[in-house]
Amino acid sequence: MQPTAALFITCLTDQFYPRVGVAVTKILEHYGWRVEFPEAQTCCGQPFFNNGFHPEARKLAERMIEIFEPYDYVITPSGSCCAMVREQFHHLFKNDHAWEPRMHKVSSVTHEFVEFLHKVLKLDLSAISLPTKRRTSYHYTCHLRGIGLKDEGVRLLQQIGNVDFVPLERTDQCCGFGGTFAMKYPEISGAIVEDKVKCIEQTKAEALVCNDAGCTMNISGMCHRSGVSTQVVHIAELIAEALGIDCGGW
Amino acid sequence: MESDPNTQHFLEEAHASKFDFHSVSVKAAGDERLRRAVNNAVVRQDTGRKQILSLMPNPLDLRILAGDIKQHALDHLDFYLDQVRANVERNGGQVHFASTAEEARRMIVEIARSRGLKTCIKSKSMASEEIELAHALEQAGMDVVETDLGEFILQIDKDKPSHIVTPIIHKDLRSIATLFSSYFKTPYNEDPKSLTMQARVYLRDKFRRADLGITGGNFLVADTGQVCVVENEGNARQSVTTPRVLVSLVGIEKIVPREVDLSVMLKLLARSATGQAMTVYTSLFGETRQSGERDGPEEFHLVLLDNGRSEILAGPYRETLRCIRCGACLNACPIYRNIGGHAYGSVYPGPIGALITPLFQGLGNFKDLPQASSLCGACYEACPVRIDIPKHLINLRRDIVTQHLNSATERAIYRVWASGLRSPFIYKCVAMFQKWDLRRRSKKTGWVRKLPFVGAGWTQIRDMPAPAAKTFHQMWANRKSGQ
Repeated sequence: MQPTAALFITCLTDQFYPRVGVAVTKILEHYGWRVEFPEAQTCCGQPFFNNGFHPEARKLAERMIEIFEPYDYVITPSGSCCAMVREQFHHLFKNDHAWEPRMHKVSSVTHEFVEFLHKVLKLDLSAISLPTKRRTSYHYTCHLRGIGLKDEGVRLLQQIGNVDFVPLERTDQCCGFGGTFAMKYPEISGAIVEDKVKCIEQTKAEALVCNDAGCTMNISGMCHRSGVSTQVVHIAELIAEALGIDCGGW
Repeated sequence: MESDPNTQHFLEEAHASKFDFHSVSVKAAGDERLRRAVNNAVVRQDTGRKQILSLMPNPLDLRILAGDIKQHALDHLDFYLDQVRANVERNGGQVHFASTAEEARRMIVEIARSRGLKTCIKSKSMASEEIELAHALEQAGMDVVETDLGEFILQIDKDKPSHIVTPIIHKDLRSIATLFSSYFKTPYNEDPKSLTMQARVYLRDKFRRADLGITGGNFLVADTGQVCVVENEGNARQSVTTPRVLVSLVGIEKIVPREVDLSVMLKLLARSATGQAMTVYTSLFGETRQSGERDGPEEFHLVLLDNGRSEILAGPYRETLRCIRCGACLNACPIYRNIGGHAYGSVYPGPIGALITPLFQGLGNFKDLPQASSLCGACYEACPVRIDIPKHLINLRRDIVTQHLNSATERAIYRVWASGLRSPFIYKCVAMFQKWDLRRRSKKTGWVRKLPFVGAGWTQIRDMPAPAAKTFHQMWANRKSGQ
């Protein structure tokens, strides 16, 4: 039987980077998977959990569980939303015996995209290649820490042919996004993202891989404001390109 | 004497009746010189920590063990405090319990006054900063000198530490050279070695004459009754060996059960703090001078400081008391790197400060601190005793909401937002509106340069990408209808 995965798109990717969702879907299909998209999904509750609105977060988490519990694999292109489901949901359901098993079922099958390629598909990307040589760098997004990922993303990236990899200085320093933090403390958040963009500028990279929509909005927004031409992309977009897949839609 | 004007501003703000983190941190983030000085220094320390830990066979296991040791001691603190008292007394020392900062200051001033002590050499101690001990002793007429070089510089500059381990991280060589030149009335000189020698000559004389030594304690060993102090300059050891009376001021959370536990804690402390395998000096002390011995104090007083700790111990944030004050979370923190330590408005800055300052001094007074985090988790990853700082910061934010310490408007916005997200229909409508609005504002460039209301914070610094022409939801619906 064809293996099936559900796509958890996340609200920012849905609205700002739908091509990443298309890329993820088509890549999985390319490798023989069937992808389903439960259309009732909205938000995992992360903004509410992080800001201390835990009953509100819990209601959204219940929805997430109801929507995704039929699936054996849930895949998301965002590290922070994955970390919310995997590492934070259990705080919301502590000692609730009705919900705890359901919560564990969903959190145990939820994978971040790179993690899924690495741990489940055990992919090696050395056979595929970008059409032309591209100077590419990589930003380690913070929530990969939360889900125990280290250099899996950067290793996959380096396997792709024609990727001229250039390391980013302080790659694991936060970009300063932090959800509502970016709006509450624009000056501090701004100082941090300025720091990040300076490091990006030094790499002279044409593309920077960043696998989290919030961080991408922040970093690309600062690059654009300060005239740095590096394109901030999701690794799925590069893999799709190397596979000759069009991410523009269906 | 030229004192850093920005430092002055932060100190004034920090001591204002109501601490305004927002305005202080905004100013700090805009101070290029401060940012550069702090950034360079802490990134170097953070890199050193990572390098030296990577040379160990399994640093994570060691950190888990260290966390467990501290947690065990905290979970049975009543037992170990009794053991400490019995063993210190057996070694000839005296134990005092101070429940507040005020009580601790009074006790130590009284020890000095009743014995006619005149000159105090004090080594670096965060607990003493917490209770402003040096100031209290000076008020009582003593000559108090900070003997750690960094603390000495702060003392003569009337400044405050901005980092737990490297207190003068906000200062550069130029400001120290200027300070020494005016304080010692000597020609201006920027050579670090000769500046250090200048301080050394001055301090040596104080060491010889002092009759009261004051130290803190990195660890308090319950099964031997000894205090453990680590340092690089040898000044703490002077405080322990030379003066007639020795007072060690130690927080009650500093206890480790057994001497052998130090083999775990000491492996991690210096590595996490400065990237050293070990500090230059590691002193274990607690006995008074025996007949025939040539050094050591005639009297030893251990002042155990509570000052809010037992209240934290009794609540849901007990784990935060594991902290061994290594400063690794400060070095790893992107926010500390960009605003420095003074902006936190308390002696404990950085992620651990954002967490324990509200616990020590009231969440209502410091409710901005838990919000000032991007929750990136670098602190938790760096912490040698595995305090889950981001988790506790989120819990403090929850307390802010449940105790209504934020505005009613904010609570209402989040509640309406959350209930909207429970309906796929409303979610889609809002997404459509947002798409229309942002794309309109982007004027077909793909980028929005200016947003109103909450979005203003975003576009103040960076551009906002416009949403895609179709959401993924729409694309998927098209796909299905096309099939």
